[in-house]
Amino acid sequence: MNLRRLATSLIAPAIGLGVSLAATAIILISIGASVTVIFSSMWNYGTSPRAMTLMLNLATVYFLSALAVSIGFKMNLFNIGVNGQYILGSLAAAVVASNLQLPKAASITVTILTAMLVGAAWAGIAAWLKVARGVSEVISTIMLNFIAIGIISYLIVRTSIGTETGVNIRGTKLIPESGMLRGNAFIDPETKVYGFLFISIFVGVGYWFLLNRTRFGFDLRATGKSASAARTSGVQSTRMIVTTMLLSGAVAGLVGLPYLLGQTGSYNLQFPTEWGFIGIAIALLGRNNPLGIAFGAIFVAFLDVSSGQLVLEGVPREISTIMQGLIVIVVVISYEVVRRNQVKSEQRSVARALAKQEVSA
Amino acid sequence: MSESSVAVELQGIWKRFPGVIANSNINLKVASGTVHAIVGENGAGKSTLMKILYGMQKADEGTISINGSALVFNSPSDAIGAGIGMVHQHFMLADNFTVLENIILGSEPKSGGKLDFVKARKLISDIAAENGLAVNPDVLVSELGVGDRQRIEILKVLYRGAHILILDEPTAVLVPHEVEELFSTLRDLKKQGFTVIFISHKLDEVLSIADEITVIRQGTTVGTVNPHVEKVSARDLAEMMVGNELPTPASVGNTIQDQVVLTVENLSVIATGGKAIVDGVSFKIRAGEILGIAGVEGNGQAEILNALMGIESATGKVMFQDEDISKKSTRHRRDLGIGFIPEDRQRQALLLEAPLWENRMLGHQTKAPNAKGFWLNPRGAKADTKRIVAEYDVRTPSIDVNASALSGGNQQKLIVGREMSNDPKLLIAAHPTRGVDVGAQAAIWDHIRNARQAGLAVLLISADLDELIGLSDSIKVLLRGKFVADADPATVTPQELGTAMTGAGRAA
Repeated sequence: MNLRRLATSLIAPAIGLGVSLAATAIILISIGASVTVIFSSMWNYGTSPRAMTLMLNLATVYFLSALAVSIGFKMNLFNIGVNGQYILGSLAAAVVASNLQLPKAASITVTILTAMLVGAAWAGIAAWLKVARGVSEVISTIMLNFIAIGIISYLIVRTSIGTETGVNIRGTKLIPESGMLRGNAFIDPETKVYGFLFISIFVGVGYWFLLNRTRFGFDLRATGKSASAARTSGVQSTRMIVTTMLLSGAVAGLVGLPYLLGQTGSYNLQFPTEWGFIGIAIALLGRNNPLGIAFGAIFVAFLDVSSGQLVLEGVPREISTIMQGLIVIVVVISYEVVRRNQVKSEQRSVARALAKQEVSA
Repeated sequence: MSESSVAVELQGIWKRFPGVIANSNINLKVASGTVHAIVGENGAGKSTLMKILYGMQKADEGTISINGSALVFNSPSDAIGAGIGMVHQHFMLADNFTVLENIILGSEPKSGGKLDFVKARKLISDIAAENGLAVNPDVLVSELGVGDRQRIEILKVLYRGAHILILDEPTAVLVPHEVEELFSTLRDLKKQGFTVIFISHKLDEVLSIADEITVIRQGTTVGTVNPHVEKVSARDLAEMMVGNELPTPASVGNTIQDQVVLTVENLSVIATGGKAIVDGVSFKIRAGEILGIAGVEGNGQAEILNALMGIESATGKVMFQDEDISKKSTRHRRDLGIGFIPEDRQRQALLLEAPLWENRMLGHQTKAPNAKGFWLNPRGAKADTKRIVAEYDVRTPSIDVNASALSGGNQQKLIVGREMSNDPKLLIAAHPTRGVDVGAQAAIWDHIRNARQAGLAVLLISADLDELIGLSDSIKVLLRGKFVADADPATVTPQELGTAMTGAGRAA
């Protein structure tokens, strides 16, 4: 039974991968490129030590983003505001960390807590709006994304939070080396794997335990599966909405940290602001399961990193974006198809098993 | 009545579901131009049979003939094509559409690619006039009451050209004068030559409207009577329905103790719009006492239960033992030891896409064996699920299958087993044996009775009047949100109770 479950949970991504590869091949052929040349060049580059390091670093970011989204998804809350939550969290973390003179462990702990707190607070606005005013969290979190961008631009450009950090780039003061988490170059001698990778693995394990081994996690999953049954069982829906949004926002606050503490050391105006949306796609790919999300994050990061090769082969790199989109759509559809078949086949197998029992009895 | 042709003939219909045989060797003949009633207990297989006749499900064996020709229905559209129309118990109308739009929805008359409202209006007013179904085609359905909505459902199937109408428990949602209107409509339809199949378990109503009555028991047809020819009473029909076994849950002795477990004072639930669905209800239940509430569905039972569990907001006072719980959360109430078997098991009592052992936790996720403090205890929950499966005879190959894989009766057994665990002090139960086969029904009754002996207080709501009378120590009759009569289960008959439920008479 469990083996079969595992098999069926792998079928959907396998179909998704296959169909989207085929579709990408068709697109490549239609623009006159050689499929084998391009795929093999992406593969060769993508498996080089440097690319693998970049891929892991990017995957760390994506993983956290997708975890944040999937906490909400688990109870049918759509936190589209990971973008706003993590850029504000990163900015606050950068400001706090650049003013700290503490031992590494203490400094990083304070930085992480700051980012989580700010992310949670920003998500909390959406939670409050939903609970008190009935505003859909989809709308409010999208709006809060824009507001966050506006606030950050203002703070960096107009206030003393921002300084010149490079040619025409304003950003926060650099974080001292004692506050950074640069990681180790253990795959490629030239490039370091972010130290935050291990923290995000820890977050992933914590996520699994919280959802599957705690009463809170049970309440959350029950609400996602049937809000009415959860309510009858004694779950208070408003409190669940607020807690879940805060939790999702807290994890979202972490999304920018691997990059901030491993690379830039400063939040500047070129800090990426779109990692939250990729998280939505990866949460769907990974079925809100931390292991699935990890694989999804690595896969999308692989496409992103190796898409640089497309340009060298004379193909627009947007092909990789198309491919990512295709995979998500196909996987989501095939999950649903597989799920329906599973429900039916389970009913049949229960009937069969019972028929056998009756014959033998 | 002259010799008439046969409109519907079913022969040797079998239908099996996981763990349950819903229909076994059903044989049925419905003469055209008559009202033919099909009666049976809840879970006897009436609905399954009608779903087969309407093409929603396929029989495993057997044949269906309409007007003499054998047909195979793969979908409801095949059945509609053969002139069969179904009026569901739960209306399928779009609230934000007008009556006219609802009727033509799905088979709109068109002229040149455009909706032809003029033609539709004429068609509908013709049908309505012929059959005495007065409706205003331009009001929104959301503004209409239950009786009107039912008329629209009937118009809908007539508009689609049905000459055989299936009405599934049509009176369950109606108040007495609406029932009378429905019956006069049915008589008119009969005069026009329509055939009506009328599913019900209300025997008095059936006797007053039906030309022939077929009784179904445990999935099979046990007989057909013609009330115009033979003299049958509701009592006779009831005996046919339950058979010789008569699993009437005879109340054993009096176990009522002094300690009051639940005190309800002046409980009211007000719907949006200001109508009181529950209107100033008061009662007490002592340890070891079973209080039954009788009433036609939709008279406030569900709201009382939800209010007692803190799911629905209500006014008035609810005391559990010595604690005022009127303002307490659902979880608090459950943690005090209140078990709850809700009316709508799939929406309120189960996580369909979760394994049985996770469903064992639902509603009891704060207590042993499901939790240890902040942490869940899957091992404890699994072990206890195995116990429930064994004790309550839940037919399942494993406790790891999803709840959706179980038949309704087995889902119900799991729910009852769960709510009886952890030694509840009070059980609030709606239709505890609905959809459960006869053997398991008796077992559930035994479990409830044994717990009562040990001091469990029970608030029981059931549409099965025999169950209500057999289990309860006292019965209150609920009509439009108010208690209108008390009945003594030792002396009252189902017929008297049924009459009191409609407000027509007074129970003993």
